[in-house]
Amino acid sequence: MPLTDITQLISDDRRHLPLGLLDEEYRSIIEILGRVPSDVELAMYSVMWSEHCSYKSSRIHLGRLPTKAKHVLVGPGENAGVIDVGDGVAVALRIESHNHPSFIEPYQGAATGVGGILRDIFTMGARPIALMDPLFVGPLEDAHSRYLLDGIVRGIGGYGNSVGVPTVGGQITFDRSYERNPLVNVFCLGVLPVDRLVLGQASGAGNLCVLLGSRTGRDGIGGVSVLASAGFRDDEGGSKRPSVQVGDPYEEKRLIEACLELLDAKLVVGIQDLGGAGLACATSETAARGGVGMDVDVRAVPRREPGMSAIEVMTSESQERMLAIITPSAVDQVLEVCRRWEIEATIVATVTGVDENGIGHLRVLDGPGGAVLADVPAKSLADDAPLYDRPMVAPPDLAERLDGGLANALVSPDYSEDLASMLVDPAWIYRQYDHQLFVNTIFAPGEADATLLRLAGPGIERSQKGLAMSSDANPAWCATDPRRGTRATVAESALNVSATGATPLALVNCLNFGNPEHPQVMWELSESIDGMAEACDALAIPVVGGNVSFYNESAGRDIDPTPTVAVIGLIDIIKHRPPSIGWRDGDFVVLLGERSANAAGSRWARDLHGIRSGQIDEVNLVIHRALCEFVSACVRDEAALEIAPDLVHGLHTIGDGGLGVALAEMCIASGIGCAVDQIVDHRELFSESVSRVLVATLCPTELISAARAKGLRAMEIGTVGGDRLIVSDLVDLKLEDLGARFHDRIDEALGEVASH
Amino acid sequence: MNENIAIIRFPGSNCEFDVEEAINRIGAHARIVWHHEHDLEGFDGVIIPGGFAHGDYLRCGAIARFSPVMEAVASLAELGGPVLGICNGFQVLTEAGLLPGALMRNAGMRFVCETVTVEVASNRSALTAEVAAGTRLRLPVNHGEGNYICDAETLSEIESSGQVVLRYANNPNGSLNDIAGITNRTGNIVGLMPHPERAFDLVVGSADGVPLLRSFVHSVEAFAKCRVVVGQV
Repeated sequence: MPLTDITQLISDDRRHLPLGLLDEEYRSIIEILGRVPSDVELAMYSVMWSEHCSYKSSRIHLGRLPTKAKHVLVGPGENAGVIDVGDGVAVALRIESHNHPSFIEPYQGAATGVGGILRDIFTMGARPIALMDPLFVGPLEDAHSRYLLDGIVRGIGGYGNSVGVPTVGGQITFDRSYERNPLVNVFCLGVLPVDRLVLGQASGAGNLCVLLGSRTGRDGIGGVSVLASAGFRDDEGGSKRPSVQVGDPYEEKRLIEACLELLDAKLVVGIQDLGGAGLACATSETAARGGVGMDVDVRAVPRREPGMSAIEVMTSESQERMLAIITPSAVDQVLEVCRRWEIEATIVATVTGVDENGIGHLRVLDGPGGAVLADVPAKSLADDAPLYDRPMVAPPDLAERLDGGLANALVSPDYSEDLASMLVDPAWIYRQYDHQLFVNTIFAPGEADATLLRLAGPGIERSQKGLAMSSDANPAWCATDPRRGTRATVAESALNVSATGATPLALVNCLNFGNPEHPQVMWELSESIDGMAEACDALAIPVVGGNVSFYNESAGRDIDPTPTVAVIGLIDIIKHRPPSIGWRDGDFVVLLGERSANAAGSRWARDLHGIRSGQIDEVNLVIHRALCEFVSACVRDEAALEIAPDLVHGLHTIGDGGLGVALAEMCIASGIGCAVDQIVDHRELFSESVSRVLVATLCPTELISAARAKGLRAMEIGTVGGDRLIVSDLVDLKLEDLGARFHDRIDEALGEVASH
Repeated sequence: MNENIAIIRFPGSNCEFDVEEAINRIGAHARIVWHHEHDLEGFDGVIIPGGFAHGDYLRCGAIARFSPVMEAVASLAELGGPVLGICNGFQVLTEAGLLPGALMRNAGMRFVCETVTVEVASNRSALTAEVAAGTRLRLPVNHGEGNYICDAETLSEIESSGQVVLRYANNPNGSLNDIAGITNRTGNIVGLMPHPERAFDLVVGSADGVPLLRSFVHSVEAFAKCRVVVGQV
């Protein structure tokens, strides 16, 4: 078709605009097909080429992340990353966001976020054994934010508890940035025997595709395009509510069991979950990965209601569905397993070969041998989305943003009150989640710097190994300097995992940013990815998967850049519970790591005193790695040796809230106070420089000399005992008051009487 | 040793593997049995584990009582076979009429997952026979509907006859008289909201579930012996 004709055609044909496709994207589709697309084809391109599915604005940056290591079995690009943890066992992990749906309908938005991530894990052949949910909402003082928090937490609990996967960690950030655009990130980890690993790939012409699970309805149509790939204008939430899916954890539970049974019985050639972009995505991705074609009989798809169009069936995001590719000879056995688990199973497609040019076609047919509603190269949907190198620009006021002068000149009349007001116990959240199922939980949320699980699960040989995991984000650090902030976030997460005695193995990221059409947002993303790459390289932690969530904006305001990371680590032998947050009477308090008297970028400066400018200290990654290794080794010995060396009684990494909050949490956890007298001033008390760990020990001299032998700074700063938290002449608080402020913060804000 | 304890699995059960591991760890043997089974031949005891039996969108356990296996559970119980319902299993036993009372939404209207202290109130049951009354145990709870209720007459009956076997030291759900677990008149059917199987090792926080489960296993063994002697199969 001549170019002028295409231009004319695009300006005449406005079908693509309501679907969220740009003129130039429509042009590419016409060029790929060599003709005008049908309505079904156009709808499929619009969802597959959405920002959410195609990563079209972020892909050129994501390539800079290190992804390789010997133990990485599956890296980014599949449904989940997979890591070899030895003895024939692997773990699969992934993190996702469900931000926009959770703003519109917090319960279902958060619930279906859980459902979606679980499918990403068991589609790899892994049994999901752990979820973590980093949440970001507006301040507790804001009524709508409280409503959102309540709905989100109920949604996560409602789905996770019932589907039978424990929620073992997460984090909560309260900030104005999220008032009109909360973030709900969800991480899932599963375990599998290495030989059950399966990929989302179709192969073998003549093989059949079976749709498992729920019937297809009109829920979630256009979820990835009109919902996830656009910002919110004022008060637009309500009208988008029909784009939010509705979850059914009982269906998902049976789907998990049925799929794992099918995989154990080797009845499946490939399998893929149906998530964003529904059947269009599952069919085109599996065909594209396998280099084959596929004929979909759209009439065969079981529906919840009559009168659904082919477009609706192909793009519906109805939850709790999987697409399994099987050989014709396996049909009866597959249907039998599904019958037992009361799972609907219907053959909806056939794998086809390639054409004379080696291209596999995805065809949508109206009944067997019926009209061809769509016929497109499968790869063009899955892989040929436009790639944008969007313009980037640093904020014009960057120099002012970075200047820490104001923050470091701050003084406060009452540092005790400042510290007490910064304490928040997230127990209100995790008490509503089953965080114990499978009896793997050694450190539940709040007990240590990272969650620690036994590496075990149904169908996995018992061992003495443990898996540590920590999800971290600190948007305040990233708002001023996304590169430095992200470096520190990764460093913090690795240190948290090391503090349980584990060695960090892998990282997944969820990059929550504003509108990519804003050059400053693209600059933030690019800087953040650079910071992550630097930290991951230096700490030898491969990135095995990720998710980018753009368009987190409302009323024209972008959220603060919020890169969330989850780091997992392995510990080989756990004989005793390793030391965690807390200490014993008579211990000495040792501060390991670099001293810092920089209050810039801290929560104290930002939330309590309104100073957002200034940045935290740059992490020295060489020293940080040595610190991670030293702390991990000390804690590991306590857990593994027959007779614990008693060098470490308790420990806590220093991050959000600084040394002050870390000391307070040690006091609260153990019910014993402390007196610290080696702190220079309030800036050191609230500095959030990350390469620091508080250690409680009976043998400070040995600990300090061992640390120094590794090139680390270490000094004794105080002693444990009494019923007060005393820091030089800065802080003097009764433990009882500290505990009350900590425990009651969220309960009080929600008007609920604490039950403890 | 034979696998003589049946762990009933409904489609939405989720604690069955944990119960199996906990039972195995104390040297006994259990096998997971699908809820469609009609008989429990060869089994001398039953555990109904926690979870959401049939999704529990309706009242918890309301559908499970109609599962084919429940008739076999009732028959075994009638012979005196030990039957233990944990959490959702407790809810199923009350719905099935094997234990009195019912479990309502938690008083705080929120799901509660935490480790609590319970006190053994009576050792006249298969679960508590070997644990002295007054013993305090740290056990996890994990439920949205654990608020035990029954009518006044039933309450006075179960209280006076030692059928209340466990009480919360710090009631997490508003249940009547702080009741955490009860038994039937003959002590062979026990239901409790806390999860003894989640407390099998100090590494995971508590080993206080072990004496309870061991007591149950011994009750099952005693029943099995007595069955052989009496000649029932």
